Amino acid sequence: MTETTAEGGHGAVPTSPDVPSGAHPSPSGAARRDWPLYECFVRGKRGLNHVHVGSLHAPDDEMAVHAARDLFTRRNEGVSIWVVRASDITASSPDEKDPMFAPSGDKVYRHPTFYEIPDNVPHM
Amino acid sequence: MAHEETVYDALDHAHGGEGQWAFGTGFDDPLAGVDTTVPEGVDPADLGAYCLMLGDDALVLCQRLTEWATRAPELEEEVALANCGLDLLGQARLLLARAGSCGVLGRSRDHATDSIPDEDALAYFRDPDEFVHHHLAEADGGDFAQTMVRLLVASSARLALFARLRDSRDPVVGAIAAKGVPELTYHRDHAARWVLRLGDGTAESHRRAQAGVDAVWPLTADLFTATDVEQRLVEQGVAVDPAATRDEVRDVLTMVLERATLTVPAWPADRPSPGRAGQHTDELAPLLATLQGLAREHPAATW
Repeated sequence: MTETTAEGGHGAVPTSPDVPSGAHPSPSGAARRDWPLYECFVRGKRGLNHVHVGSLHAPDDEMAVHAARDLFTRRNEGVSIWVVRASDITASSPDEKDPMFAPSGDKVYRHPTFYEIPDNVPHM
Repeated sequence: MAHEETVYDALDHAHGGEGQWAFGTGFDDPLAGVDTTVPEGVDPADLGAYCLMLGDDALVLCQRLTEWATRAPELEEEVALANCGLDLLGQARLLLARAGSCGVLGRSRDHATDSIPDEDALAYFRDPDEFVHHHLAEADGGDFAQTMVRLLVASSARLALFARLRDSRDPVVGAIAAKGVPELTYHRDHAARWVLRLGDGTAESHRRAQAGVDAVWPLTADLFTATDVEQRLVEQGVAVDPAATRDEVRDVLTMVLERATLTVPAWPADRPSPGRAGQHTDELAPLLATLQGLAREHPAATW
């Protein structure tokens, strides 16, 4: 059985070198682990911002864009793709969750809920 | 899609009933508003036969590409190959439907019931000798490197053809070509990137890429000689003479191979395509058995 681990993003990826690859095995069963992990962001036709859509492995940056196009925009979702190596992302740590986020939990006055939103202002 | 559109333009383009999709759909019908009348002076039998040639090239290569499903060296690449196959299947469907609407159905109706649409009858109920694709499409894909070389050659030749076919006097062929050009541009780009990486990669990847080139190159002999049907349609402004694309195709392939540090083999002498005449290799029957098995076992099955 192939072991998996969450390497980042949504990715549960095989870590065992004997990944089954059918009748056309890759030259090295470990090749996949040599490919860096990329996080992918897509701006949808209706979307305002690029949204994280998933992660993938690719041999280099250009092929990562190609793979992201094939994996995440095949149902006509996107007009723009960003990819970035997962190793280049600096993330907040779960250990810091309370000092990072708890202080904003009771500041209801920071939400603009006390204003009337005009009907012709979308996406609020 | 224009990148410079504002976010509010994008909101205006939202279609009704798409609320459940995170990014919207907005699919286009490639034949919307296209006049499907056969142009004056054009023999429908010729037009249908031509659409069958272009359709079979796509259908059979699609089958070869989808054989990589569950077998590709990487998951990402498996999806990429299947996507290329799906693009080709879409082209094949439109082209076979056009052939059927021109009355070109071969013996497919001997087997297919009336409820089966023309394009399905042509895809699933013709025998091998009625298929008119080039041998390039049906040849066994070999390893991943050879698959990419074949995809590079096939997409380069088809792109050169389709780019010119956008001006076809048959508006349906023109619309199918216009839809196909960006698809084929992507296939060629994708295949070229892999050929570059494999050719200019490790000693082993270079060896395999060169072996793939050497195996695929003889098949280019068939690509550039027009059949009688094509010649008649070229004169009528419907078809494109494949000979007119030869230099462009060879230039593209030479450029990619040289950058990939691969040796460009001698170009084979052009010959009339045996595939266009329904003469095929032994590799076609098993391919069609897989492609057609389900439809023949369970005609008009739905799921």
